[in-house]
Amino acid sequence: MLYREAGDYKTSYAKDQQTFPIAFDRYGYFLTIAFAVLVVPFVLNDYWTNAVVLPFLIYAIAALGLNILIGYCGQVSLGSGGFMAVGAYASYKLMTAFPDLNIVFVILLSGGITALVGILFGLPSLRIKGFYLAVATLAAQFFLVWLFNKVPWFYNYSASGQISAPERSLFGFAVTGANANPATSYLFCLGFVFVMAWAARNMTRGANGRKWMAIRDMDIAAEIIGVDPLKAKLTAFGVSSFYIGIAGALLFAVYLGAAEVGEAFGIEKSFLILFMVIIGGLGSIFGSFAGAAFMILMPVLLKNIMVGQMGWPTDLASHFQFVIVGGLIIIFLIVEPHGLAQLWRLAKEKLRLWPFPH
Amino acid sequence: MKLTKLAAIAVAATVAAGPVLADLVFPSLDYRTGPYAANGIPFADGYADYFALVNARDGGIGGVPAKVVACETGYNTEKGVECYESTKGQGALVYQPLSTGITYQLIPKATADGIPVHSMGYGRTSAANGKVFRNIFNYPANYWNGASIAVNHILAEEGGDVKGKTIALVYHNSAYGKEPIRTLEELSKKHGFKLSLLAVDHPGQEQKSQWLQIRREKPDYVLMWGWGVMNQVAIQEAANIRFPMDHFIGIWWSGSENDTLPAGDGANGYKALNMHNVGSDFPLYADLKTHVYDAGNAAGAGDQSGTVLYNRGMYAAMLAVEAAKTAQEMHGTANITPAMMRDGMENLVIDEAKMAALGMPNFGPSFSVSCENHGGPGLGVVQQWDAAAKSWSLITDFGPSDMEVIGALIAEDSAAFAAENNITEGCN
Repeated sequence: MLYREAGDYKTSYAKDQQTFPIAFDRYGYFLTIAFAVLVVPFVLNDYWTNAVVLPFLIYAIAALGLNILIGYCGQVSLGSGGFMAVGAYASYKLMTAFPDLNIVFVILLSGGITALVGILFGLPSLRIKGFYLAVATLAAQFFLVWLFNKVPWFYNYSASGQISAPERSLFGFAVTGANANPATSYLFCLGFVFVMAWAARNMTRGANGRKWMAIRDMDIAAEIIGVDPLKAKLTAFGVSSFYIGIAGALLFAVYLGAAEVGEAFGIEKSFLILFMVIIGGLGSIFGSFAGAAFMILMPVLLKNIMVGQMGWPTDLASHFQFVIVGGLIIIFLIVEPHGLAQLWRLAKEKLRLWPFPH
Repeated sequence: MKLTKLAAIAVAATVAAGPVLADLVFPSLDYRTGPYAANGIPFADGYADYFALVNARDGGIGGVPAKVVACETGYNTEKGVECYESTKGQGALVYQPLSTGITYQLIPKATADGIPVHSMGYGRTSAANGKVFRNIFNYPANYWNGASIAVNHILAEEGGDVKGKTIALVYHNSAYGKEPIRTLEELSKKHGFKLSLLAVDHPGQEQKSQWLQIRREKPDYVLMWGWGVMNQVAIQEAANIRFPMDHFIGIWWSGSENDTLPAGDGANGYKALNMHNVGSDFPLYADLKTHVYDAGNAAGAGDQSGTVLYNRGMYAAMLAVEAAKTAQEMHGTANITPAMMRDGMENLVIDEAKMAALGMPNFGPSFSVSCENHGGPGLGVVQQWDAAAKSWSLITDFGPSDMEVIGALIAEDSAAFAAENNITEGCN
């Protein structure tokens, strides 16, 4: 009834190839963006920003990045936590070494540095694939964490090995540090999320994305039709690490404010982002958001229901949270192995025919 | 995006139903799950039980009931931030995160929000300089005091000369474990011992290689900065390589019953530092039994009573309650705000008469806090484990630490923090 394409005529190729070809989808998208920019900043408080919205936005960037690598290019990586650490430490070093450098450039440069590191650790992907590549990237994870723990230069020789983000502002508004307004840090991250998701969407449907997908589907066939595996794999590693590096920099500078590599960027983080990508849906931009939302919001929601509403002891609630989130992951993977994005696609297919499926 | 919104609405509905502002709120960022739960549970139980006692016996603090809001952090900094944000809106008076990592996160946030943080014997050591860290307190002792007290104990054992001896530090590879290194390096220069550093990665279950190295290098003493499961494993490994246990000294976070019991007889003679007395031989425990345990209000499983970390949780709660009382007297109102609580903490005086009146004679050192010194006197004791009796006993008096070395380091580190954050030192 509501969700249909009848009468929605396309008169040019550009219109036919747009991201949201169905008018209803398109308006929904515009409404969501308008809501996120015009309404959300005014209703946010500290709790909402720091417990729910910021981690969601930042992990969405990380999931987008890993999705480019795993979902689009088919290269398994378990090094995301380490690459986030590179982003975080790069931003820390840049912020402390160049106090006058604009925070936007700090974040972008951190992403660039991570991209270089990612390309370096992506080199083994030219020789090995599958599980063996996963193990090689796992080595990157452990190596990077060890490096940031071991070499005091990375944390400016502080006694505790902690890095903490100094205050930096954009247009006179504090973005990092404790005095940042919730709305400011939200809009700052939202800006990054919007631009990066938009770029990811357009990259993956362009020539590069098609090369990645060709490599993912069958690398030998791709090579025969003229895709350079070296270029395709390394660009995928580079772009993916750029995203993950930016997520790491934002996580440290805007969200956490202080971090310690073993605790904030350990192997758990790599698994968390991998779960987001798998649950959200491999090879889907929407899936990255859905997966991030699922893995970040679900525990907070469950905690608020069990402790806040039902008054359960915190340890019981915390154990149950593991059980429920774990159970949901298994159910999702059994019912829909292609993730939340596929569920969403199926729902849309059904809605297009509803209420007359035959 | 739809899913996000649905979840957001649901979260909004649950958050909106918060409690009313009537009680004095003391958030307890505790952890009863994960690899650090063995140490997190007794502390959280002691903290909650002391407030339950104050409410049941005295009718609250100055007539206003105290309310403990528990929030599970799992020793994880991101959850710690979530807990901080979710509890601060309820009128939280003071935060005691029981995690150095979370303390580092909260220092700028709590300072901006004007809420005091009490990191008792952990956290950022240089917070002892109250002229820079106005809202952060770490009395009665900090890590650097601990490092110095341990070295002093070794000096006493060796007759005052440790030249040429080797001291190994087995530490949790995090901000927590790295804190004492600077002080130990200074002390090794001063006293001429050789320092050997052995890092153990989170969570600390894998220590075979570190103890193999100790077995090979045969250091004269081993110090440990461990927490959670790392303690149990380290003590077991030390027993396995037959390291002389009375030459193995843990920080006060590595000396509880839950750490030594798993190693059985092998742990006999293991030493650890402490900042307060041990055991349940205090009049306070009679009150706890009448008002809390027998009333069925004990926190958790109720089986931690009298353990070292339970006592520490109570000690932390006691100091918070006394600071709240001081704040109430200073400002002449029973309903204090976090800012008043901060004043109360800065003017806190703990003496023997006060502790005896509370039913805790000789429980901790006498001290007073001032703006210049948020760190207290830095006194500590050494306790030793008796595996046959399954109990800790104090083997020294409250001894001083080398404030000459520590004071200089605190001034240096806090000055660096002040410069990074554009803080001008001062007491106003």
